[in-house]
Amino acid sequence: MLYPDTVEAEILVHKPWFVATMFGVVLLLFMAFNMSSTSFAELMRPVIGEPSVSGFYGRFAIAFAIAVIFTLNVVLIGFAPLKFQIGIVWFELLLLFIAFFETFHLSLPFIREKLPFLISQGVVTTLYVSAISIVIASVIAVAGAVAKLSSNGFAYAIASFYTSFFRGLPLLMQVYLIYLGLPQLGFVINAVPAGILALSLCYGAYMTEIFRSGIQSIDRGQWEASRSMGFGFTLTMRRIILPQALPVIIPPTGNQFISMLKDSSLVSVIGVWELMFLARTLGQKTFQHMEMLISAAIIYWMLSICLELVQSRIERHYHRSKVR
Amino acid sequence: MSAPAIIEAKSVSKWYGQFQALKNINLIVHKGERIVICGPSGSGKSTLIRCFNRLEAHQEGDIVVNGVALHGKMTNVAAVRSNVGMVFQHFNLFPHMTVLMNCMAGPMWVKGVSEKQARKTALKFLERVRIPEQANKFPIQLSGGQQQRVAIARSLCMEPAVMLFDEPTSALDPEMVSEVLETMTGLARDGMTMVCVTHEMGFARAVADRVIFMDAGQIVEEGTPDGFFGHPRHDRTKLFLSQILKH
Repeated sequence: MLYPDTVEAEILVHKPWFVATMFGVVLLLFMAFNMSSTSFAELMRPVIGEPSVSGFYGRFAIAFAIAVIFTLNVVLIGFAPLKFQIGIVWFELLLLFIAFFETFHLSLPFIREKLPFLISQGVVTTLYVSAISIVIASVIAVAGAVAKLSSNGFAYAIASFYTSFFRGLPLLMQVYLIYLGLPQLGFVINAVPAGILALSLCYGAYMTEIFRSGIQSIDRGQWEASRSMGFGFTLTMRRIILPQALPVIIPPTGNQFISMLKDSSLVSVIGVWELMFLARTLGQKTFQHMEMLISAAIIYWMLSICLELVQSRIERHYHRSKVR
Repeated sequence: MSAPAIIEAKSVSKWYGQFQALKNINLIVHKGERIVICGPSGSGKSTLIRCFNRLEAHQEGDIVVNGVALHGKMTNVAAVRSNVGMVFQHFNLFPHMTVLMNCMAGPMWVKGVSEKQARKTALKFLERVRIPEQANKFPIQLSGGQQQRVAIARSLCMEPAVMLFDEPTSALDPEMVSEVLETMTGLARDGMTMVCVTHEMGFARAVADRVIFMDAGQIVEEGTPDGFFGHPRHDRTKLFLSQILKH
C-alpha cells in the first residue's frame, strides 16, 4: 500500500456526485445494448410483459433495474471494512467470469473425461519445463549480471551481446531457431530440451538485467565494509551483496516466473505435449475447442496464483530485517 | 620510538583525474600509537586512511602495512585488510544480518574460525562495547551510537593490528557521540594502535599521542596534543583551530 495520510478522506463511492455519475453511466451503457433476449429480461417479464415486444419501455426498465442493483451493490460494499471489500469484489468479479463462461454452454462431461489427461500430461510437462528453465535462467542471470558489471572486456561484450540478442528476438522465433537451426550445425535436439533451452536463454537475458540493477542498488559502503574485513569478491557477492539485492530482485523476478509459466505454451509449436498443446488438440476431433481452452486457461491461472503466493511469502520473509 | 612501525607511508601522492588529493605524504605509525588526523573537509584525511587498507589506490610513493607493501598488483590484499580494522562514518553494518552475525562473519569466513569460537569472540567484544543484550537484533533496530559500537566490535573481532576510524562520530546525534568516544577511549587505554580521522578535539587532546593537521592534501603540522593545541605554528592551523574551538 502507499504510505497513507493521517487525514481520513470521505469514501469515494458514497459521494453523491460519484453515485449519480455511476448510476447514469450504467443506465446509458445498458440502454445501448438490446437485452431483451437475455435471461435477465425473462426475470423482468412481470414488469415489462413479453420482452421481445416491450420496446423502449422494456429496454429502459431493464437498464434501470441493472443500474439500481449495480449502484446499490457498490454503495453497500463501501460500508464494509477493507478486507471484506477486497473479498467481496473478488468474489463478484469471479461470478461475472463464470457467467461469461456459462454462455458457451460447455459440456462438463467432456471436460471431466479429458481433465485427468490434461493434468497428468499437460500440466506436468508445463511445470517441469518451466521449473527447469527457471533454474537455468536464474543461474544465467547471476553470471550475466556479474559479467555485465565486470571490467573484463570479453565478459562484458559476451554478456551484452547475449542480452541484446535474446531480448531482441521474439521468443517464438528463438524456439524455432533452436529447434530447427541447431540440427543444421549437426546437433539434433529433441523438442523438450529445445524448448527448455529457448526459455532459459530468453528469460536468462531479461533476468540478467533485473539482477544487474539489483546488485547496483546496493550501497558502495557494503562493498567497502566487506573489503575492509578481508572478504574476497565471491564471498562479498554471495554473502553480502546478493542477499541484500534479493528483496529488490524478487518482485520483478516473480513477474518473470509467472510470465515464463505462460510463455512455456510457445513450445507447443514444436510439438511438446504441454498444457497448451493438449488444450488445442484434445477438443479438435469433436469440435469442442472451448471446453479444453477454458480448462487450460483456468489451470494456468491457478498455477500463476500459486506463484504469486510464493512470491509474497518470500517478500515477507525478506521484510524482516527492515522492520524497526 | 623503539616500537615497530605498523604503517609506513613514504612520499605518497594520489590524484583523482587532474586533482591531486594527496601530496607527498610521509607518516609512520608505530605499534601502540594513537594518532588523530584533523583538517578541513576535502583536505584528504579520509583518502589517506583509506589508502592504508587499499580501499583507495595511491599512485606514487610507498605504503607498507604490517610489513607488506601495498600496490596495484598485490595478491594478498585480503590478508592485509583482515589485519586492519576500519570503522566508517556511516557504520556500513550488514543490514541483513543480526548484530551477532555481523561480528561472527569475519572470523568465520575469512579466518576459518569455528562457529562456536566466533560466537565467543563476538560476545566478548560486544560485551566490551557494552551492548551484548542487542546481539540478536538487526542493525536497523539500534540507535546510531549503538550501530557504530557494533561496527567497532565487528572490526575488533578480526583482532586487527591497527584500527582506522574514518570520522566515526560525524553522522551521529550529539547525545550519541560520547558513547562512541568512550568506547574508543577504552580501546586506546588497552593499547590498541589507532589512526582516527575526527573533529572531536576533546578526544584528540585526551587520547592522542600525536595530532596531525592536513590541508589541501598535505600534512601541514604535526605534534603532541599539548603542542598542537597550545602553540600551533602555522597560520592555517591557527585559523582551523580558532574556527573549530570557537563554539
